[in-house]
Amino acid sequence: MYNFEFEKPSSIADAVAALGDEDATALGGGQTLLPTMKQRLASPTKVVSLLGISEMQGICTGDDGALCIGGATNHAAVAAGASAYPGLAALAGGIGDPAVRARGTIGGSLANNDPAACYPAAALGSGATIVTNAREIAADDYFQGMFTTALNEGEIITEVRFPVPEASNYQKFEQPASRFALVGVFVAKFSDGVRVAVTGASEEGVHRWTAAEEALSANFSADAVPAAPGADGMIADLHGTAAYRAHLVAVLTKRAVAAAG
Amino acid sequence: MSQVTLTVNGKEMSADAEGRTLLSQFLRENLGMTGTHVGCDTSQCGACVVHVDGVAVKSCTMLAMEADGAAVSTIEGQAADDGTLNTLQQAFQDHHGLQCGFCTPGMIMSAADLLKTNPKPTETEVRHHLEGNICRCTGYHNIVKAIMAASGQDVSGIAAE
Repeated sequence: MYNFEFEKPSSIADAVAALGDEDATALGGGQTLLPTMKQRLASPTKVVSLLGISEMQGICTGDDGALCIGGATNHAAVAAGASAYPGLAALAGGIGDPAVRARGTIGGSLANNDPAACYPAAALGSGATIVTNAREIAADDYFQGMFTTALNEGEIITEVRFPVPEASNYQKFEQPASRFALVGVFVAKFSDGVRVAVTGASEEGVHRWTAAEEALSANFSADAVPAAPGADGMIADLHGTAAYRAHLVAVLTKRAVAAAG
Repeated sequence: MSQVTLTVNGKEMSADAEGRTLLSQFLRENLGMTGTHVGCDTSQCGACVVHVDGVAVKSCTMLAMEADGAAVSTIEGQAADDGTLNTLQQAFQDHHGLQCGFCTPGMIMSAADLLKTNPKPTETEVRHHLEGNICRCTGYHNIVKAIMAASGQDVSGIAAE
């Protein structure tokens, strides 16, 4: 990896100022960024760690009942502390391996928006709000395709607010070497409807499966899940064909609905 | 270059590091503590697992500067000063939990992390906890057996398949 200047500010304002430099990048837990830099796919001249900012750590419940998670909160902390939202806690507890969960952060995962990451499915499937140093962004507007988000240069995810559904579940079909989702489906049943978010499958990155949402909003049972979506636009690689991934979308949706109850 | 200070196995140690210096590299090259191994350098294999402020992390995927001021535990700090192995290390020896030994520092540190929060894990829990530690010799069975034994459980029923 190329060398860089390292900074660890203790406030959001200082972090935003440090990220104002050209070629500066924010560092969460580094579980994706550091391997990327080792491969020289990223070569920032300045790395700004967000883990020293105490106001970006931790989990609380907002006045509207939403679960608020600080952007620098690691996966292990969410797995252990998000008991108010069991579907989300279980998802966090299944990311990577224990050592990765001890470092990787929710803000880092959502900012990176890897097409096979777990957290984007939870955020989109819950209709979460991504809070940054500058604004609040609805999950439906936030995810804009593989590795692409609504974030501007230097913008920091300070918090993520999750409305808590009546029932939810995440099913991941793991790619066994990387533990990323070959396909993952997050199902959340709210009083006003069901949301289904799919990760790992599409060349567009995380997305909602609207046909399943409509069917499940009318009848929340595994039998109501429609036939698998078309394979057009699904990812095809050595781990699975597009048709295989499309098939998995329906299978995992059924399993998630059955498990959510 | 900036100075990075760690408390390694209870002893304060300092050395200069670049921004890009990894914690694994800092321990091995700057502090001369080569017990922590680097296998894949891509955060897959877990040979580099150490504890930072009591939590197991992959030291090849953490910057030395991120650990500045932290307490770090490595494999070197596991045995007693006179060389007597700790319970977990002794169990690995007794149950043949290693062959070449390359992955063992990471296995021991990951297992210690598990037993700290879950003193009597089930076999399934042990296997889940080792998802980020790769061993190419043993096939894992004897590693799992050693960890179960170190937790004081009867392992006579666990077959070495």
